[in-house]
Amino acid sequence: MSPRTPGADLPEHPDRLWSAAEPKSSYDVVIVGGGGHGLATAYYLAKNHGITNVAVLERGWLAGGNMARNTTIIRSNYLWDESAGIYEHALKLWEGLEEELDYPLLFSQRGVLNLAHSLQDVRDSVRRVHANNLNGVDAEWLDPEQVKQVCPIVNISPDVRYPVLGATFQPRAGIAKHDHVAWGLARAAAALGVEFIEHCEVTGLQVRDGRVTGVETTRGTIAAGRVALCAAGHTSVVAATAGIDLPIQSHPLQALVSELLEPVHPTVVMSNAVHVYVSQAHKGELVMGAGIDAANSYRQRGAFHIIERQMAAALELFPVFARAHVLRTWGGVVDVSPDASPIVGLTPVENLYLNCGWGTGGFKATPGVGWCFAHTVANDEPHPLNAPFSLDRFTTGALVDEHGAAAVAH
Amino acid sequence: MLLIPCPWCGPREEAEFHYGGQAHVAYPDDPSALSDEEWARYLFFRDNPKGRFAERWSHSAGCRRWFNAVRDTATNEIHAVYRVGEARPVTS
Repeated sequence: MSPRTPGADLPEHPDRLWSAAEPKSSYDVVIVGGGGHGLATAYYLAKNHGITNVAVLERGWLAGGNMARNTTIIRSNYLWDESAGIYEHALKLWEGLEEELDYPLLFSQRGVLNLAHSLQDVRDSVRRVHANNLNGVDAEWLDPEQVKQVCPIVNISPDVRYPVLGATFQPRAGIAKHDHVAWGLARAAAALGVEFIEHCEVTGLQVRDGRVTGVETTRGTIAAGRVALCAAGHTSVVAATAGIDLPIQSHPLQALVSELLEPVHPTVVMSNAVHVYVSQAHKGELVMGAGIDAANSYRQRGAFHIIERQMAAALELFPVFARAHVLRTWGGVVDVSPDASPIVGLTPVENLYLNCGWGTGGFKATPGVGWCFAHTVANDEPHPLNAPFSLDRFTTGALVDEHGAAAVAH
Repeated sequence: MLLIPCPWCGPREEAEFHYGGQAHVAYPDDPSALSDEEWARYLFFRDNPKGRFAERWSHSAGCRRWFNAVRDTATNEIHAVYRVGEARPVTS
């Protein structure tokens, strides 16, 4: 009997969603970073602005950084008008994105509960609900019994260390399958002519007479009319090569999944006070995020005691998780800004554009920031929705303090 | 988890420590004389290198004293620890 070729009985490899490109010597726009934000920016540059001579440069593989590591929570229940503007714009785009990209994103609007555990939490939360309603963002205040109705496995017993005194609820919030989001955006952008160059790390920005002219990479020098930074935790390193200092700090952020379980958790639950956020993926894993590690680091792994505390918090809130096993933990490097809001806009260098500082919460904004950042790059002027998130707000003092609504970790 | 050599107590696990960010950032001599740009720099801008970084730690669950460390943020290796008031040691 002749030996069988390994894999011979497997189905044919499906068509590739995009093809890997060799770097050309020059592009109209080079996007640094092939994560969700870079892909969304490329897509909207091509679709909304007709700019298709675009390369997305990625030092690893496409969407293999924080896009592959986040906990996929999507919501827009932030406090301030500026945040409501950009996050709600993103949520509205999410609501039509599967249809637009003609690709399944497993976008599931199962709602998010943000728990309150103290009287101050309650006041802040109710205030945020009112602010959300004034901004056209769906939000309601739930008492503990109503929390239990939305998510029956939450422990609302009053005799725990951090009792649940209520929660804000945003019904339109939810989750999506992060990989599918990246693939859908990449496929759509590739169809419009955008090129993706993987394993191509940008090692320096070329600046002449105050104007960016190209990038130096591990695969050679590439000239660029405009350069858009979407490098998340590595933005400081890249920007420094153009002499730009940024008010961000890079920290590891950890998350984990359990083994696959039957559906037990119908929504998303986040808790500031006890530092955990939990949802259940379509496949069945419980997906839990932790807070950042305190010390700056570019290592994509965090300390065990952070995970330990996160699990302790999760078990108090969800006693039913006690028998679940942790399947996998991992970390990503996030760029934390002083006011827990992103920095999106122009830089002191001409034709160089900045999108960073999303810290622990960039995934939810993916289509919204792509839309606005593409506008910024195409017009050399911020979109009205990202204009408040300029770099110079740290000098003018017009901060957008979202430490409360950013939930865990900042 | 990091194993951090406190200059007074010796190596202890990271959970005993509190992080203090970049070291050697002095409070301005005359804050009211600063321009908005200078004040923003003092308040919000800190180095964020991928590499060796001089940073502050407090041994909050031990001797409760502050000290400085030079740690590589790309590897987490701690190259030196030194007491407050001492100059940053040359580590490479």
